[in-house]
Amino acid sequence: MTTTYRVMPGPEHFLPPSASSMGIRLPDPGQAHIHGSIVSEDEAMEQAAREFLAAKVPTIFPGPLVLWAWNEKAAKKAKAVRHLYETIKECVDPKLQQAMLIPMPDYRPKYPKINPEIEINPNHPNLTIWHNKIDACMFVGVHCHQANLSLKIIRGGTSCYTVAMCAQAGHEDAMLSFRDATAEKIGRLADWVKKLKGTVPPPE
Amino acid sequence: MSKERIKIAEELYDIMPAEYQDLVKRATYGNEQRGWKDIGNAKELIEEHSLCAGCPESMAFRYILASLPNPEDTVMVGSTGCTSLVFPHVAVHNIHSLFGNQNAIASGLKRALSVRFPDRVKDVVVLAGDGATVDIGLDMTLQAWFRQEKFTTICFDNELYANTGGQESGLMQKGFVAKMAPVGKSFEKVRLPEIARESGCHYVVNCTVSKPNLVEKVIKNAVHIAREIGPTYLQMYTPCILEIGKNSMEGLQEMRDSEKPSERFAYKEFVSEPAKELIAELAAKEKERKAEAKRQLASQTVAVG
Repeated sequence: MTTTYRVMPGPEHFLPPSASSMGIRLPDPGQAHIHGSIVSEDEAMEQAAREFLAAKVPTIFPGPLVLWAWNEKAAKKAKAVRHLYETIKECVDPKLQQAMLIPMPDYRPKYPKINPEIEINPNHPNLTIWHNKIDACMFVGVHCHQANLSLKIIRGGTSCYTVAMCAQAGHEDAMLSFRDATAEKIGRLADWVKKLKGTVPPPE
Repeated sequence: MSKERIKIAEELYDIMPAEYQDLVKRATYGNEQRGWKDIGNAKELIEEHSLCAGCPESMAFRYILASLPNPEDTVMVGSTGCTSLVFPHVAVHNIHSLFGNQNAIASGLKRALSVRFPDRVKDVVVLAGDGATVDIGLDMTLQAWFRQEKFTTICFDNELYANTGGQESGLMQKGFVAKMAPVGKSFEKVRLPEIARESGCHYVVNCTVSKPNLVEKVIKNAVHIAREIGPTYLQMYTPCILEIGKNSMEGLQEMRDSEKPSERFAYKEFVSEPAKELIAELAAKEKERKAEAKRQLASQTVAVG
């Protein structure tokens, strides 16, 4: 199936269509997608690193699958996530940019209110993005259904660039998605950020 | 089960909101002696909730969640009603079912958990209002008991459909006039505890939630009996203060008034013979545990002296 639809930063509209319903397909192993086009993983790594380096508030949203040390793999991924965050922080201009690491500890709706400074919730992720003026973010360790929900809400109501570091088959609803995420893959992304340091113009 | 499975990843510990750090450090998961007395000393599994000020249901939730013997391996099944406003805030696995389907969902869930985790004790507890248990879901409630499904059913009985403005329910008292039942109920309150007994429940209690130690006792009994023997049923009066014209501070007194010996929520209990044996066994073990703790304390005191 061919499509002209592109998964681009929003705000798209109140109820954006799911990207898969618009003909966007998931990458095969070893691939990734950018805006819905299938690319090599390295190309996506470079693009994701550029997005982080060019953003005013590049942010990582770790979900329950890495926040909680369920097993050794999860603990390793958590270490890699922390390393990626520290690398981004180190590589951006502290006067113009502020890297953030905001957890999504679980999926319970947070009522009567969420504290957007310290957490993000899949049922209203836009609140955290608006509050912190986040313009590029990466989801990692979030269960597929909740990630899809968040990614669609973000695309619908914000202009934030979304990256999914997915441990399964990837996310069509992200603007850029990796698949089969491992600690090593997250580490490679950190290497790309380091490699591109100083080559990406800072945000205005 | 122990706290091992709810460990926060070391590298990301500092970014976790304080309430999650508290759940790991100060909650009572994995503590077999947990009970209502932990309230105020330990992190509760429910704190903020969206019920009305002074709602007896919120007290009931606190006592029940403090009393579950195995919260880390318990799945609660809820249904439509005021309880479904609370479940999203509860730090125990829970499922919201379609209105009235709770006992059918719980049946499948309990069986699936037994297959998936054959070596681990997994408790299933249904908690629903009287509309879901007795009216809309009566079929599912009874069929689960007939089949001897091994889980606990708790009914929060507020004697009407409170969440939708006060319609008549099967558990409403005869003659009661509610906002949406202006002519008054024309037939008697359904005697579900008796029906439960006849339907095969091994432990049935009818009470209010005015006494936390009593709630703790019946919850622990009900869960243990359901785990080992068969279905159990608790009917607990949690009056809707708004719908019966009471103020926020009057819920407790309303429950105390309703549990007097001649009233409809006077404490009633049915225990089957196998359940009696199990309770006696558990009591003996508890006695032995306490005696052992005393012995250890005494030996420590002697060593220090």
